[in-house]
Amino acid sequence: MAIRLLRLIAFLIAALAFAVPHAAAQTPDIPALVDALGQGSFPEREAAINALVATGDERVPPILQALADGNLYLRKSDAKVVLAAKAGSGFALTNPLDGADLGPAAKAEIDKIKVNNGLRGKIRTAIGQMTLLSPDRTTRLSAAQTILKNADPAMRDLLDKALAAETDPQIKSVMELARAVIVLKTDTTIEDKRAAITTIISHGDRDAQTVLSSALADAPDELKPLIADGLATIARNLQLWDIAQNLVYGTSLASVLLLAAIGLAITFGVMGVINMAHGEMVMLGAYVTFVVQNLIATYAPGLAEYAMAISIPSAFLFTALVGVGIERGVIRWLYGRPLETLLATWGISLILQQAVRSIFGANNRLVAPPSWMTGAFELGGLTITWNRLWIVVFAIIVFAALQLVLNRTPLGLQMRAVTQNRRMASAMGIRTPFVDAMTFGLGSGVAGLAGVALSQIDNVSPNLGQGYIIDSFMVVVFGGVGNLWGTLIGAVSLGMANKFLEPYAGAVLAKIIILVLIILFIQRRPRGLFALKGRAVEQ
Amino acid sequence: MITQLVLRALDRRAVWVVSALLLVALAIPFANLVLPEGHPLHLPNYAVPLFGKYLTYAMLALALDLVWGYCGILSLGHAAFFALGGYAMGMYLMRQIGARGVYANPVLPDFMVFLNYKELPWFWNGFDQFWFAALMIVLVPAALAFVFGFLAFRSRVTGVYLSIITQAMTYALLLAFFRNDLGFGGNNGLTDFKDILGFNVQATTTRAALFAASAIALAFAVLVCTAIVNSKLGKVMIAIRDAESRTRFLGYRVDNIKLFAFVVSAVIAGIAGALYVPQVGIINPGEFDPGNSIEVVIWTAVGGRGTIIGPIIGGLLVNAGKSVFTGLWPDYWLYALGGLFVFVTLFMPKGIVGSLRSLFSRRKPPRQDNSEPLETGAKDIPIIAEPQPGAAE
Repeated sequence: MAIRLLRLIAFLIAALAFAVPHAAAQTPDIPALVDALGQGSFPEREAAINALVATGDERVPPILQALADGNLYLRKSDAKVVLAAKAGSGFALTNPLDGADLGPAAKAEIDKIKVNNGLRGKIRTAIGQMTLLSPDRTTRLSAAQTILKNADPAMRDLLDKALAAETDPQIKSVMELARAVIVLKTDTTIEDKRAAITTIISHGDRDAQTVLSSALADAPDELKPLIADGLATIARNLQLWDIAQNLVYGTSLASVLLLAAIGLAITFGVMGVINMAHGEMVMLGAYVTFVVQNLIATYAPGLAEYAMAISIPSAFLFTALVGVGIERGVIRWLYGRPLETLLATWGISLILQQAVRSIFGANNRLVAPPSWMTGAFELGGLTITWNRLWIVVFAIIVFAALQLVLNRTPLGLQMRAVTQNRRMASAMGIRTPFVDAMTFGLGSGVAGLAGVALSQIDNVSPNLGQGYIIDSFMVVVFGGVGNLWGTLIGAVSLGMANKFLEPYAGAVLAKIIILVLIILFIQRRPRGLFALKGRAVEQ
Repeated sequence: MITQLVLRALDRRAVWVVSALLLVALAIPFANLVLPEGHPLHLPNYAVPLFGKYLTYAMLALALDLVWGYCGILSLGHAAFFALGGYAMGMYLMRQIGARGVYANPVLPDFMVFLNYKELPWFWNGFDQFWFAALMIVLVPAALAFVFGFLAFRSRVTGVYLSIITQAMTYALLLAFFRNDLGFGGNNGLTDFKDILGFNVQATTTRAALFAASAIALAFAVLVCTAIVNSKLGKVMIAIRDAESRTRFLGYRVDNIKLFAFVVSAVIAGIAGALYVPQVGIINPGEFDPGNSIEVVIWTAVGGRGTIIGPIIGGLLVNAGKSVFTGLWPDYWLYALGGLFVFVTLFMPKGIVGSLRSLFSRRKPPRQDNSEPLETGAKDIPIIAEPQPGAAE
């Protein structure tokens, strides 16, 4: 038995010993080729460069770039080619292939590997060739963007070649733009240049704008009006895209505000109760998401993709239960005293915050987004992130569901009755305490749903709710409590106004302006946009 | 007219409160400065500004009580007036630093040098004079309260809506004062004070004097509030609190009366803030935090709103409790404060003083109660409006 094992080990060692040189023989010996760069005269160096290019290895372009930039040195002690960067009085050496640290060296210990202009041109072309024709998409894209930035006329032929082979539309468009810019720089016919300018204008993005405005100065006179026209067109386009982008941001903010405020609007509308603990309900919803995610990771990792689907009902139920508990325990003793309810719920919010801080700690907790909520996509000149888009969709669904509950269910009917005239509703046999508890539960549950959404875009911390409570109040006060449409309009107008003011005033000043505007607006309509109509005098 | 006012202010309770405060104004500095270190009644140096801070908080609570307890306006932004008064004082103290700052600029405070200001912003002019700063301590909160109150009361913004927009006001100020380019030191606020009226703010004697000043200012505020509350105007204020529409229908100018109370209250809060700043040594935008204003409400509620002495007791007790609690069990202070909010609103809506008083008056024969005609007005009408299920509409 033991002998067999020994034999097996011996065999394995032998196999390894043979396998290593064998594997090295299959791929070209890149370290040796790199070291060859340091030897001989310029023609020999050129041959070494060509040999390196021929390997097609992705590590080669950065090395060549370092050579062209004069950062490649020869270590005299062992004739190795190293990458050197100035560090103090000496140099810090690294291996050009894997970036491994090779320790410091004095100036006398190394020799710079010299290149002349001819060689530099060769290197540039070689790098362009390797990267522009690389099979890797990101390498090609960044190569095309580098060429666009430098606009080196020598790259034109290579660019044409790459353009013919390119299939990816995004890279192709960058390459076309780069080619047009190069054409503008070289001595060609007016007609060619005109075509190039048209190409640039048709791109119409910020790159095109910079390219054209720098070309305007030294363009031939007969082309100047064309360029000026093009610049105007691009500016107009960009302005439109800016407005569209602000609309997207505004919609996103509006959806967050709507989610945070709509639960508040329900409790405030039906019960006249200002629930200062509303923000903490949002926070609890976010923590439920966090807990659900962790439970799933521990006990059922297979369900990770469905964590969101489990979090939503759990958060709703949990916060709704907490809400009913608060209503039964505290708020029902305070009806008709809205200002005192405000104080009591503020006290509850402090307790909830501290409780969460004691249980989960004061640090931010991470809720990992599901894969379908990560990343972004481009739509014309817009960048839209998936999580923001899903939150907008979620807000719309919640809003629609609440409308259904309020307008199509018996509970909703009773809620509306109590909102309009509590005593009359009670006289008609509606159990107002039950409606109150359900309303508070519903409002809190919706806050919990908001928490699930906010856990995707904000830090899950005990202070999460406080950041939203004043904004939610503003939405409710602005929209009025007559119906949910008021809240929707309030959220959309505040979100949009905020995002459209931001580019001019900055985020903080925009918020201040909005607050002042709301204070002024309340003077005009003390009960918000959609006030309940009635003949009752308050008190 | 004035003597009449003063006489009315000196009702029996107010006299007690004022004399107690004046006694404290003498006793605390005495215990700190005169009594030797080993003496059992000696007060350590750190305690004097701490107690002074409590007194300014009590004054802020009294200011809130004037509008909330007597006029039914629940302001959730009273800390804003407090902070504005504090900033006016802070600006004076900053100008007193002169060339002793880190950057040794004779005119510009350190933060302005740091932020590359070339000259003093126009609104900092005059703050090198104490009389000007004192004027601003009164005028700035008063002006804000006047404009805000004029707009809000004229358009009959009441109840919860008013509370929320006062909160929006202090939140907007919080955001504004956080900005560096507003010229008030941004995030860090104003600090590193050296002198007040030529005396070193750190010196024990100055601190004792500041404490005495706080006590005297509070006593003065008690007199003013008592005079207002006991006047005919005060009766109308209580009427507004209990039935605003009815008072309006009776022909009183509800808006003007509320505005008056609001402005007076803002001035008291501003003076409290101005006394607060030299004793704690810093004023920063955190003072505008909406949470602070809500805390003031709970001081008032704990002590007993609708009474003069209640908010003072509440302000002192809750803050002393906070100091003790955060020292011993820092993690549980928020539980205690939150529990206090819930407990007081549920079980002690009249606060400590109100509860004691109703306990007291139930035991005593009614004749003695009638011997205080000035208080009956407040007593006949319940301190909180009766629960009205329709109030939400």
